[in-house]
Amino acid sequence: MSKSGFFNSSIGRKFAMALSALFLMIFLLQHLTINFTAVFSPETFNELSHFMGTNVVVQFIAQPILIFAVVFHFIMGFILEARNRAARPISYKRNSGGANSSWMSRNMIYSGLVILAFLVLHFIDFWIPEINYKYIEMNAADPNRYYSELLHKFENPYRVIAYIVAFILLALHLLHGFGSAFQSIGQNNKYIDGLKKFGVIYSIVIPLGFIITAVVLYMNAH
Amino acid sequence: MNLTLKIWRQKNSNSKGKMVDYPISDISPDMSFLEMLDVLNNQLIEKGEEPVAFDHDCREGICGMCSLYINGEAHGPDRGVTTCQLHMRKFKDGDTIYIEPFRAKAFPVVKDLAVDRSAFDRIQHAGGYISVNTSGNTQDANSLPVQKEHADRAFDAATCIGCGACVASCKNSSAMLYVSAKISQYALLPQGKVEAEERVQSMVNQMDAEGFGNCSNTGACEVECPKGISLENIARMNREYFKAKASTKD
Repeated sequence: MSKSGFFNSSIGRKFAMALSALFLMIFLLQHLTINFTAVFSPETFNELSHFMGTNVVVQFIAQPILIFAVVFHFIMGFILEARNRAARPISYKRNSGGANSSWMSRNMIYSGLVILAFLVLHFIDFWIPEINYKYIEMNAADPNRYYSELLHKFENPYRVIAYIVAFILLALHLLHGFGSAFQSIGQNNKYIDGLKKFGVIYSIVIPLGFIITAVVLYMNAH
Repeated sequence: MNLTLKIWRQKNSNSKGKMVDYPISDISPDMSFLEMLDVLNNQLIEKGEEPVAFDHDCREGICGMCSLYINGEAHGPDRGVTTCQLHMRKFKDGDTIYIEPFRAKAFPVVKDLAVDRSAFDRIQHAGGYISVNTSGNTQDANSLPVQKEHADRAFDAATCIGCGACVASCKNSSAMLYVSAKISQYALLPQGKVEAEERVQSMVNQMDAEGFGNCSNTGACEVECPKGISLENIARMNREYFKAKASTKD
């Protein structure tokens, strides 16, 4: 019997996809928790941002893991999509996908691509200037700069709209992805109904929290 | 009923194929879908044209031979039935009905609507059995206790008739519902546990080698399955696969 490697198998690839997804969902919760403090306490936001921006563990262990997980999730998503498309070279003339599955589940690649486009914008907005500030220009740490920098970014209404659109697509992506990740790691048991309900709440609350943050910052900036 | 049929016609596995329109009249709503196609074929033969090739056998919904992608769904718009059990009363007078073969790289078209589903047989051959000598020395079935819940779940998985509707419905042409049903029916029973690790690896390897896609957990397969095979089986197959990969040394 020939035995191929775990991650070369269809099940192994989906398992890896699900693990990176679960990690990213925990990250989203953490990211929102910090962002949301900007809504009611700029001081707390500055404090937390300063900690995240200067802590060695966060900067040199957690951040590389996060970047790896994001890149891995996208690349694996593209690999799976390419293989899935190859599995049906001739498509149906008439296909009623809506009769048996949700729009979200059938269009993960498209919601994912919008999120990828958003991440490019997000990196240009925040990550690249941050790296530039700290590691290229080698500026001294300023614990009070974060909130004002954030506010400045959200002055532009087009950026706010772009962020809102991306978060709506993130919600759609999560609405399928949350439950799907658990199924892929083999969890379809007595807890799955409860988990899926929690997943729906998570998928709406997290993007909505980011949207509220963006809108409040826009209002505060004007 | 008067209908317009749009049917995929393809001379053989190498030719290109195209959709062809066939108007058909005086169809009884009580006919099965296959009987309606029989009427069409009789008319084609009388006109000296080539009849439409389609798969069928028992016409009782238990053999898994009939296929067809009807108006965008495997086995048509009804639930829990194969095409032979689909009745024309599910359609309206004047309807246009699209009839296409099950589409997957692993299910090549043989002719018209008939596809080659032998990929399923090869997956089954790879491990869908228990190695036991059954020539006259089998033990009494009741001497091996099986938990009722496990017996029920194994039986539910074993009702899979291997029709391929799961593959046809899946946007990725994934065969995971079929393969997971075949793995589950053994994994849940004491007789099947002996070879469980080898079985799941061999069958998944064969499934991947046949060119089926990956599972996106859309759940379309479960909805379209004429036997109501549950997605639970796919999660079980995943678990069986992790267990096997974690414990086998070679």
